[in-house]
Amino acid sequence: MLSPGDSTDVVAPAPAAVAPADDTAAWLAALRGTGAERERAIGELHELLLRAARFTVRRAHAQRPQLREAYEDLAHQSADDALVAVLAKLDTFRGESRFTTWAYKFAVLEASVALRRHAWQGREIPLEQDGWRTLHASDPSPGERAESRELLAALPAAIEEALTSHQRRVLVAVTLDGVPIDVLAERLGTTRGALYKTLHDARRRLRERLAARGFELGGGGGT
Amino acid sequence: MTERLIQRVLGPAGPEVTCEQCFEQLDRFAEVELRDGTAAAEAAVPGMTAHLEGCPACAEEHAVLRELLRS
Repeated sequence: MLSPGDSTDVVAPAPAAVAPADDTAAWLAALRGTGAERERAIGELHELLLRAARFTVRRAHAQRPQLREAYEDLAHQSADDALVAVLAKLDTFRGESRFTTWAYKFAVLEASVALRRHAWQGREIPLEQDGWRTLHASDPSPGERAESRELLAALPAAIEEALTSHQRRVLVAVTLDGVPIDVLAERLGTTRGALYKTLHDARRRLRERLAARGFELGGGGGT
Repeated sequence: MTERLIQRVLGPAGPEVTCEQCFEQLDRFAEVELRDGTAAAEAAVPGMTAHLEGCPACAEEHAVLRELLRS
């Protein structure tokens, strides 16, 4: 789902400033051990990952309580998948955080991806619609700047002229239609990283086009 | 409303990490952020904040991990 080599404007992370916590060494020793000690550690790790996966799905089923049972299955499946990923990547752990935090992120990723896919299961993604053509500001709201309304009015032409059809599809689906990027990646048979690169390139082209037309774009995209 | 829509479409202006780098650094970023604040976390992982502004999926996973660590 995340593939290496997909890059945007790469920035190099600074050296780690976080020392591993006390339990990290114990976790690593147990998981790299053998026999009953390792089996016990794997069992405890699964419990830890299940806690993280349940935490993730609980946030979601607070809004959709009718799906409680499906979400419990989803949490278990996510914890199972995360366990496989953690054990496979154990040698890549660099000790830049607590081991448990590092492990948690795999369960959070698995559960989050599964939730988004579940939410979009069976839903059509309107990839061919020209949604950007109807981009326009509604009635002015208090405090809204005229420059922002002008910028919004200029966006449809910039999207049409500066982007490839693939870039337009990705931009519209992710930023206007709210399609999760990993769901879109699955439908298009590509990776989340590759699609984000497409989105990043599209945004850069749009900014360049708008700047060439005299818009002063700040960090937040406003004028 | 209009500004938020523009922000969603145009995304962050500055350099940002990729989704892969975001996942690699998410645990470290979240710990530094909770311990020392967002500025310290951004200094530890430059480009992370911009990516979280531009990528809803990574932002969601970051939010969940933060809440989990605080729970």
